[in-house]
Amino acid sequence: MNFSLTFLLTQVMPQLIAAIPVTLELTLLSALGSAALGMPLALALGAKGWVRWSAEAYSLIIRGTPMLVQIYLIYYGLGSLIPHRWMRHSWASPLLRDAFWYGLVALIIDETAYVAVILRSGLDGVPRGEREAAAALGLSRLTSFLRIELPRALMITLPTLSSELILLLKSTVLVSTITVFDVLGTANVIRFQTLRVLEPLLGAAIVYIVLVGAISLITMAIEPCFVRMR
Amino acid sequence: MTGGYGAQFLAGILLTLQVSLGSYAVGLAFGVLGAAAKLSRRRLLRVLGSLYTITVRAMPELLLLLIAFYVLAGAIAGLVASIGLVQSDFSFDPLLVAIVSLGFIQGAYVTEILRAGVLALPKGQGDAALALGLSWPVRWGRVLGPQVLRHALPALGNVWLNATKDSSLISVVGAFADILKVSSLAASDTKEYIFFYSLAALCFLVISAASMLGLKALQARGARGA
Repeated sequence: MNFSLTFLLTQVMPQLIAAIPVTLELTLLSALGSAALGMPLALALGAKGWVRWSAEAYSLIIRGTPMLVQIYLIYYGLGSLIPHRWMRHSWASPLLRDAFWYGLVALIIDETAYVAVILRSGLDGVPRGEREAAAALGLSRLTSFLRIELPRALMITLPTLSSELILLLKSTVLVSTITVFDVLGTANVIRFQTLRVLEPLLGAAIVYIVLVGAISLITMAIEPCFVRMR
Repeated sequence: MTGGYGAQFLAGILLTLQVSLGSYAVGLAFGVLGAAAKLSRRRLLRVLGSLYTITVRAMPELLLLLIAFYVLAGAIAGLVASIGLVQSDFSFDPLLVAIVSLGFIQGAYVTEILRAGVLALPKGQGDAALALGLSWPVRWGRVLGPQVLRHALPALGNVWLNATKDSSLISVVGAFADILKVSSLAASDTKEYIFFYSLAALCFLVISAASMLGLKALQARGARGA
């Protein structure tokens, strides 16, 4: 195997860098989506009766199965349920035919379960006395939750949530298996077109290490600001 | 029930378990070495240990697996052949490559877990063992090791749960008939995508749920007397 630095720098890296927005879009959109859905699920995990049971079943099923299976189930399974007519001739056909959206939905469904469990543990970590103090001060349940419990829970879970963001970034590569051209997907295209293996994979490794490094630096810079709020 | 795919599914489950168990064992070994390196007095070893955990944990598992299969396995086989240890047409068993590379990935996480466990040891424990004149193997085998394990058990359990799920990645890189690959083949043959991928999910779910029960019992045992 011979390594060509010029090939890496002039051919591979520009294409991989052009694919970074796809990877970042997948990461940020699924982070936002899973935060929005994970919060209610975290509350459901703390509820009683069937609400709690169904939330626990969801988190067990999602966290107990590989993400690749979930992606295939959404892409091939859900895709096979959608009528061909909708796929071909409807306002939604560009959406329904683009693997990106299936990948994004799968990422959100998966990540929601993990975020919910983390948030639940944060909410459980808020000392009971604080909620009681809020009630004693006459704050409503909603105000107490929004102003006391939630900020405290977020502070407690911030380090876990930021490492979860890195895990999420890394798991976006799995959508390259359903023809989404993120950084790894693009590296695979270069691999098949040029029949060179080393440069595309090495280039992708560099890109992911830089992205993960950047996210860690950003979260490390943000975390002290939240600690100061305490 | 599975339309004639029963035997293949059974073989797939066995392969998934084999890869999971194998890679976990390799991961524990890498983890012990990595933790020893990161806690070493030698600067070079500490730097190498940090390099290992930082790079491996910063890279997607699938990408590392592709690198291991398409770059490293060939390069290492070529290297061993060039110094005349094996014949020139030698290549590694893909199953071995899968197990070692998945284990190498888990090893980075195990390294951090064991390191944290060692750092959590009260300093007096090692000093007391030394003062009693216990030899190195007894010190680590009977005094310090068990305490590290008790501390690390929940996190090591999570690594095992990830090992079973990450084993599904091998369906992408090679011609392995693991659970996911078998269901992919069955699904595209029969067009029963939902059924076969749900079946795959169910297989993994059963493995995860059984593991969780086992880990819970193990943790209860680890916490006795605590």
